[in-house]
Amino acid sequence: MSTATLQPTYNYKVVRQFAIMAVVWAIVGMSVGLLIASQMVFPELNMNLPWTSFGRLRPLHTNAVIFAFGGCVLFSTSYYVVQRTCQATLALPGLAAFTFWGWQLVIVLAAITLPLGITSSKEYAELEWPIDILIAIVWVSYAIVFFATIMKRKAKHIYVANWFFGAFIITVAVLHIVNSAALPVTMTKSYSAYAGAMDAMIQWWYGHNAVGFFLTAGFLGMMYYFVPKQAERPVYSYRLSIVHFWALVSLYIWAGPHHLHYTALPDWAQSLGMVMSLILLAPSWGGMINGIMTLSGAWHKLRTDPILRFLVVSLSFYGMSTFEGPMMAIKTVNALSHYTDWTIGHVHSGALGWVAMVSFGSLYHLIPIVCGRKQMYSVGLINTHFWLATIGTVLYVVAMWVNGITQGLMWRAVNSDGTLTYSFVESVTASGFGYAVRAIGGAFFLIGVLIMAYNVYRTVKSGNETEGEVQASPAQAA
Amino acid sequence: MDINDIRGLATLFAMIAFVMIAYWAYSGRNKKKFEDAASMPFADDAAHKNSQNSDGSEKNEGDTQ
Repeated sequence: MSTATLQPTYNYKVVRQFAIMAVVWAIVGMSVGLLIASQMVFPELNMNLPWTSFGRLRPLHTNAVIFAFGGCVLFSTSYYVVQRTCQATLALPGLAAFTFWGWQLVIVLAAITLPLGITSSKEYAELEWPIDILIAIVWVSYAIVFFATIMKRKAKHIYVANWFFGAFIITVAVLHIVNSAALPVTMTKSYSAYAGAMDAMIQWWYGHNAVGFFLTAGFLGMMYYFVPKQAERPVYSYRLSIVHFWALVSLYIWAGPHHLHYTALPDWAQSLGMVMSLILLAPSWGGMINGIMTLSGAWHKLRTDPILRFLVVSLSFYGMSTFEGPMMAIKTVNALSHYTDWTIGHVHSGALGWVAMVSFGSLYHLIPIVCGRKQMYSVGLINTHFWLATIGTVLYVVAMWVNGITQGLMWRAVNSDGTLTYSFVESVTASGFGYAVRAIGGAFFLIGVLIMAYNVYRTVKSGNETEGEVQASPAQAA
Repeated sequence: MDINDIRGLATLFAMIAFVMIAYWAYSGRNKKKFEDAASMPFADDAAHKNSQNSDGSEKNEGDTQ
């Protein structure tokens, strides 16, 4: 392939494919997000069609941004990092290509079935059983490719980023297969293998660890490679990274019950989930400090390098949302925050501020390399994207905080005779302004991604004038 | 010995495991090994000199105002 001219030892084709599709799915997933955010301001935008109603597009949005965008970023970066840190070419290239096409097929099937209303109704696991089986096959193939590459490594030690990627791959396989166990009735309908409070607990064991492993451990793997590379200095404390890894993976798995406070789940399980969530603050902040302190002595680079800015701001949002999360897991705080927009604000401070920003930083670092270019087409446009993403995230999160606390206080307000002070619809009316600000913030974020897409397109297509002197023959990338 | 004893032992086991991991990570014997491990992302840089995108920032390295 084209990359052979530049770097014959690494398989960059599948990395490039996943990286480019990550940008494509970011646009799709975030556009659907902007549409449903706008539906909260202008309900007419549901177009009076079942396929475009909020209830069907919301799972399409979450699946597209988490599994299509986030998933492609994780595949791309893990295949890149495992090769670079093991100094070995990707094992089983045919199987790696299968993971790419298989994952794209999963995404397309999700985009068809979810608007049609075909759903298992489990949050973040809505896809019906035939697609679940395909996901399991692709995921096991992914694990085989990843660990087979690790086995080919030159050095004895396995770099810490690969530990995080490996834990993410194994745990997501276990979570997906256990939570998706179901009795099929027809091709498009199945019933969960679990019942009642047990079903709820397994669902949120899955759901919270989808956050903990899919959206955290995997992205921490990216942090431990791309922050040192972009800052051009080794990680602040490798020893801290080891303690960080073991503490994080052994604690996250217990925090799921905090999604089920004050439900039919046994009270002791709720309290256990709360305590484990509070302890989780320690490894989360340990990792954040390790990432940010990697820049000590190199802070001046932030002034000129927007890629590093993306990475550092993502760590700041990671620190913020991993403080907010344990706080919201406290039962008395949860009594105010649960079922309000505060939860949505918390999720997006993690998803936009941490997951998406660390992804953008990593993709901006990786795309020129795997396309045989010296750097991105325009560093100025990376900077524009950075500010749009930051402003958009702040607008989004602040709007949802204000809405969430307003809703929580209005719902719990009672008159002296014990009747409710406000009807539900009054809290909806009070949220209108926040919904408008949220949609504007989302639009900022999406415009940033569109600029990124243009920048990536120009980098891939017309990079010849910026190519490095080492380039012997022109690469025809993508 | 009932289920609660096993739960207590599991907690104890997890605590001991954590302390041992922390001790292992921070013991002086492993200091050199982990310092070497920290530089692993840079081990293949020679082959990739062309792909570093730091050329913009290097010009301003001494600029401290």
